Amino acid sequence: MTALEPADVDMSAPLGESVTLPNPVGTASGCAGYGRELAAFVPPAELGVLTTKTVMVRPRQGRPTPRMAETPSGMLNSVGLQGAGVDHLVTRELPWLAERGARVLVSVAGERPEEFAEAAARLTGRPGVVGVEVNISCPNVADRGLVFAADPGAAHEVVAAVRAATDPALPVYAKLTPDVTSIVDVAVACVEAGADGLSMINTLLGATMDLDTLRPALAGVTGGLSGPAVRPVAVRCVHQVYAAMRDGRLRTVPILGMGGITSGADALEFALAGASGVAVGTAIFTNPSAPLDVLRELRQALAERGFASFRDAVGYAHR
Amino acid sequence: MARPVQTPAEVLGIEPAGAYHRLLLRAPGVAEAVLPGHFVTLAIGGRDSATPLRRAFSVHRADPVADTIELVFAEHGRGTRALARHRPGDTVDLVGPLGTPFPVADAPETAVLVAGGYGSAPMFSLAEAILARGGRVGFVLGAATADRLFGVAAARALTPHVAVVTDDGSYGARGRATDPLAAMIRAVGATVVHSCGPMPMLRAVTDVAVAAGARSHTAVEEAMACGFGVCMSCVLPVAGADGATRLVRSCTEGPVFDGTTVRWPEASPPEPSPSVEPREVREVREVWEVREVREGVRS
Ligand SMILES: Cc1cc2nc3c(=O)[nH]c(=O)nc-3n(C[C@H](O)[C@H](O)[C@H](O)COP(=O)(O)OP(=O)(O)OC[C@H]3O[C@@H](n4cnc5c(N)ncnc54)[C@H](O)[C@@H]3O)c2cc1C
Ligand SMILES: Cc1cc2nc3c(=O)[nH]c(=O)nc-3n(C[C@H](O)[C@H](O)[C@H](O)COP(=O)(O)O)c2cc1C
Ligand code: FES
Repeated sequence: MTALEPADVDMSAPLGESVTLPNPVGTASGCAGYGRELAAFVPPAELGVLTTKTVMVRPRQGRPTPRMAETPSGMLNSVGLQGAGVDHLVTRELPWLAERGARVLVSVAGERPEEFAEAAARLTGRPGVVGVEVNISCPNVADRGLVFAADPGAAHEVVAAVRAATDPALPVYAKLTPDVTSIVDVAVACVEAGADGLSMINTLLGATMDLDTLRPALAGVTGGLSGPAVRPVAVRCVHQVYAAMRDGRLRTVPILGMGGITSGADALEFALAGASGVAVGTAIFTNPSAPLDVLRELRQALAERGFASFRDAVGYAHR
Repeated sequence: MARPVQTPAEVLGIEPAGAYHRLLLRAPGVAEAVLPGHFVTLAIGGRDSATPLRRAFSVHRADPVADTIELVFAEHGRGTRALARHRPGDTVDLVGPLGTPFPVADAPETAVLVAGGYGSAPMFSLAEAILARGGRVGFVLGAATADRLFGVAAARALTPHVAVVTDDGSYGARGRATDPLAAMIRAVGATVVHSCGPMPMLRAVTDVAVAAGARSHTAVEEAMACGFGVCMSCVLPVAGADGATRLVRSCTEGPVFDGTTVRWPEASPPEPSPSVEPREVREVREVWEVREVREGVRS
């Protein structure tokens, strides 16, 4: 392939059948808040998509502190789903984001499938919302705290409930955890339940000990591992699920890839593995401008390799 | 909160100051917006670093004319040890100014400034701001040992009212920063106490200030991942105007809080030190666990 001018690369990316993003680079849930603070570094409209911190129907306090620990090339967090609730999002945050031209993927969760559905239903007709992401990596109260995503049956149930309650014009994404025996089985269950896309991956469960107190470093003992340390796991998950789509084990839907993306080269890895969009998470903490840097570098990386459009690179490693 | 900027900052100087390091940085566009109590974060090792989280430091001095800011830092773990190895000419990615500064009234006021260890770093510009408005200040500087005191001479140059204490008595009186505080509040006639240092000290300072009828503004130090309000890792239980306690972000709503609004017993486990009884740590955590037993483990 011959190199192209970066400006000539078509960066548009599909979020769903009815929604196309101007570029494939977004933010991961919980790493950009509701956009206001990030706006000092990244104008919300320049993001392909901004994923909100997961919201639930009611406001929530989250976990006790310490909630964060740095680990080799990564971090553990046990923030929990602290947030002001979906009504606050709808009345205060979405109008602000919409005024700034943001395309918002709202991440929702609940303790029971009906709660997920209730949160998603309140997003119908709200300006700026381009999709709903179902965070199935939170504990299911009916199932002894086991996460929904750990079991294809529970994942199917919650995605079906959200799909039924959500505005048909909005794509519904299921966000998968890598902490399962077969991520493909969970992906199949979600797509059969009506998911229009898959977000991969959520954090991996981890723990670390504080050698001064001789206790777990996080008050919640365990936390989610994110950052560059998890990138190979995330790329593996995307590759496996995309391969299963090519094999016809599940319908082909867009994959939003995330996990340790800090550069355009990292984003290209995800695209080659099969991601049709990427989200930047922990890297925002290292470098608040990371989403824009990733976008610029991805464009450059595609041009250098002669890809005339981002879409041409999606799944290229599977040829 | 001032609107923060991200900029590559050039190391202009780095020199020892007792047990600490003074770091002078050229940070275009940052210094002019810094108020006393603001902090900055530094990315140490760049974006491919194995230590990806930024480190937070209070601004000791900001010079808008020279476009420089000065920090005082202690070597603590990997990041600050690597920072100490920086040399003039190196660059380090800086974000700032961040956080909510100490409130300074326009009218003259009398304040006692209490600092533990490097917690004195932001206090001299704060003292100058109060003095410039016709106010008066007293200082209480405390540290574990003499080499961990920072800025005793600078404090004395600003006011005759300076009390110095060390845990081991190696400089000043032996004791804790709270020991001379009530007397200092009376001596200068303070109506406000500003403090910065370890959490247990801030709590004790607030108790003494309140007993003496003074307001207490404390700059807390919570572990932070982003430093600018997006991750929710730095939260602290704080009572709002309605009396309800909420977990608020110490990087944006703080680090300076009205000490009487912070729910100290729940705010932070005791200082991590080998001398801490594991049982004590557990008791503090139980307060939470009872309440949060049904919460999810992960985000
Ligand atoms: C608002 C604010 C102002 C500060 N001002 C100063 C200052 O002026 N001078 C100074 O020496 N130190 C200051 N600190 C503390 C300083 O940020 C930590 O000592 C430093 O982050 C430790 O990093 P490390 O790599 O040496 O330690 P590590 O233990 O390797 O750090 C691991 C992680 O934990 C975080 N962390 C560890 N200890 C602390 C701590 N005490 N407070 C907050 N985060 C911590 C680090 O940022 C990092 O993300 C301040 C902290 C805050 C929050
Ligand atoms: C501090 C923090 C908070 C997070 N909160 C959420 C959340 O509320 N909902 C969610 O689905 N994922 C959450 N995540 C997971 C991220 O969205 C992302 O899936 C994961 O961190 C992997 O990407 P990264 O390595 O680029 O951060 C959070 C991650 C971090 C670090
Ligand atoms: S450190 Fe991220 S919100 Fe405060």
